[in-house]
Amino acid sequence: MSPVCPCLEPDGQCDDPKADCMMTLSVAFPAISAAFLAALVEAVEAVTIVLAIATVRGWRSAVAGVLAGLGALALLVLTLGPLLEHVPLRPLQLAIGVLLLLFGMRWLRKAVLRAVGIIPPHDEQIIFERESALLREHTHHTVRLDWIAALASFKAVLLEGLEVVFIVLAVGAGHGLLRAASLGAMAAWGLVIAICWTLRRPLARVPENSLKFAVGIILSAFGVFWTGEGLGVPWPGGDLAIPGIAALFLLAALATIEFVRRPGAGVQP
Amino acid sequence: MRVFTRLFRELAGLFVDDGLLAILVVRTVAAAAIASLISGLWGGCVLLAGSLWTLCISVIGTRRE
Repeated sequence: MSPVCPCLEPDGQCDDPKADCMMTLSVAFPAISAAFLAALVEAVEAVTIVLAIATVRGWRSAVAGVLAGLGALALLVLTLGPLLEHVPLRPLQLAIGVLLLLFGMRWLRKAVLRAVGIIPPHDEQIIFERESALLREHTHHTVRLDWIAALASFKAVLLEGLEVVFIVLAVGAGHGLLRAASLGAMAAWGLVIAICWTLRRPLARVPENSLKFAVGIILSAFGVFWTGEGLGVPWPGGDLAIPGIAALFLLAALATIEFVRRPGAGVQP
Repeated sequence: MRVFTRLFRELAGLFVDDGLLAILVVRTVAAAAIASLISGLWGGCVLLAGSLWTLCISVIGTRRE
């Protein structure tokens, strides 16, 4: 695999002294993919709520809330990203690695539980109808609904976007991938917003659980790798260990699904 | 104020959803840190095996519940 500089500076120069410019695509590709896929999942969830708000109360207040929410998220990345670049690399890798492990395994566990039917799948249509009903109910009680609608839209974007911000910062900060991960996340949000703007209905057919499963595997692999780096683990193959760790997580998740699906499996006698 | 409380809860919820999973992950990292004092490679093995085990145990535990 050919080495590349993942900083993606316009002049091709890397201005980050800590970024390893011989980092291979084995790090850059999964990092950008994780940011893109995670943003895709979260954008679908946020846009479903925003669509409900727009359908009930009109697009003006909904769009205002979305723009404010996206602005707040961008501000978070622009503020925290450069700050994290000043933290020494190994403690940063350890802290972010542990957080990624907690975050990635939470997503992976939920995706596995949904795959075997222990918890119900995320249904965008039901969420859309519930949010619409809630907003219609508020219409009868208040005249300040436009502000409420804008605030609800803002909160939906902010709360769903926080997970994306964390992923972008975690895979990007300290590794010179902040800009690339941000672009991946923004591309996903742009794609979802454009599709929903055209269709004017929630994206109920997006294979959300499969996406969460994939992102959970990638983030868990990054979490193990960077926690190990922070602890001084000499991973065989360096960065190439990440796809290997991801493959092991995939095998473990699939084996767990198979085991739990067996009748009577995991049930205490 | 309620918005900030909700935000804090959401932030915490990003990492801790199932208490057992969080505890097992932290214990795995602690065990890996101790093992890496002996050898870095041992630390890596403990971390990787512990994480995979944690995933399986957490799902099976939830199934039992």
